[in-house]
Amino acid sequence: MDGIHDLGGKQGFGRVRHSPAAPAFHEPWEKRVNALYSLAVRLGIFNMDEYRHAIERMEPRHYLSASYYERSLTSLATLCVEKGIVSRDELERRAEGAFPLALASAPGRSNAPARERFARGDRVRVTSEHVPGHVRMPAYIRGKAGVVLSESPPYPFPDAAAHGVASVDEPTYDVRFSSADLWPSAADAAFVHVAVFQSYLERLR
Amino acid sequence: MTRSDSADARRIAPVEQRVDAIQAALEERGLKPGEFIVQANHLVEERWIPENGARIVARAWTDRAFRERLLADGRPAVLELGYDMPRHHRHLVVLENTATVHNVICCTLCSCTAFTIVGLPPDWYKDLEYRARVVRESRTVLKEMGLELPPETEVRVWDTTADTRYMVLPLQPAETVGWSEAQLAQLVTQDGLIGVARL
Repeated sequence: MDGIHDLGGKQGFGRVRHSPAAPAFHEPWEKRVNALYSLAVRLGIFNMDEYRHAIERMEPRHYLSASYYERSLTSLATLCVEKGIVSRDELERRAEGAFPLALASAPGRSNAPARERFARGDRVRVTSEHVPGHVRMPAYIRGKAGVVLSESPPYPFPDAAAHGVASVDEPTYDVRFSSADLWPSAADAAFVHVAVFQSYLERLR
Repeated sequence: MTRSDSADARRIAPVEQRVDAIQAALEERGLKPGEFIVQANHLVEERWIPENGARIVARAWTDRAFRERLLADGRPAVLELGYDMPRHHRHLVVLENTATVHNVICCTLCSCTAFTIVGLPPDWYKDLEYRARVVRESRTVLKEMGLELPPETEVRVWDTTADTRYMVLPLQPAETVGWSEAQLAQLVTQDGLIGVARL
């Protein structure tokens, strides 16, 4: 989905709020959230792709205003409700107030029917698709050309795994893009490397 | 008015009360969240820390054969030093900085990192600003963070969009050649392993 989470290349943001040796957590409840979602994954209540997608499905104003661990909490609670572990009513009764959850999911999809094996040096293009469900193709590479540098081991296909759709594992390719191709005349000079799933790629001839 | 309309009109519960609510619900179903939180806190506080990456870097600086194995295939190489990765992190790619190449890692879509190796990602790595800007304005962002790179340095930004994970192998400062592995490990920071600082 072309969601609010897909931030790469968005303009208008200010300086990174950086401090040396910055902490991962600020409040004790954040560690509890981190542990609880890991527990749910370990127990098989949901997988990491479902977890990521439930964050992406948060109402955009909520997504942007929530802290990182509030987004994590919202995904955990949404999936526990959707999987029938707990009802929203019970959560709101226990929390003594409203408990905002993510919005409903669109359908997922399986691997692309025709997938090619690529080798180092191959020129490829990212397919120009708009996917309603979960996808790990950042919008800034959609339709863009790059060069394959290497192939990864096969991974579960996120577009399917986030939706309980059957699929086969497939590799990602380390594709090197030039920032000048991604944002012509409007980016700092750099190579941007993205791990692109095989289903998102076509050979450039 | 539907139930969800009336819920939305109510005050949103403070975030800590919402955490308590889901934890209590899991507890009541016998899933033992309390015990798991204790174990998980041990992992994030004691085990998944940037000192792991620092030790790996120090070994790579002092042991040429290890460095070659690390750059060829990171996962089995870090396992040699006793560092494990979650099963779903099937591939660790170690990115070698040189005098003319600088690598920096990010996750524009969420917050993915090789957290068992470089430590849990710091707050700014997960913030909207870093995620939005570093792929497009890498040199500007690095300069704002205190790292000014000359124009002839090639910048490579790595966006962690799959379960392949990355760690930067920083360039060893020239004046530290001959130091012990333990001394060298002290030099290596999490910012260096992410690539927003040179050492």
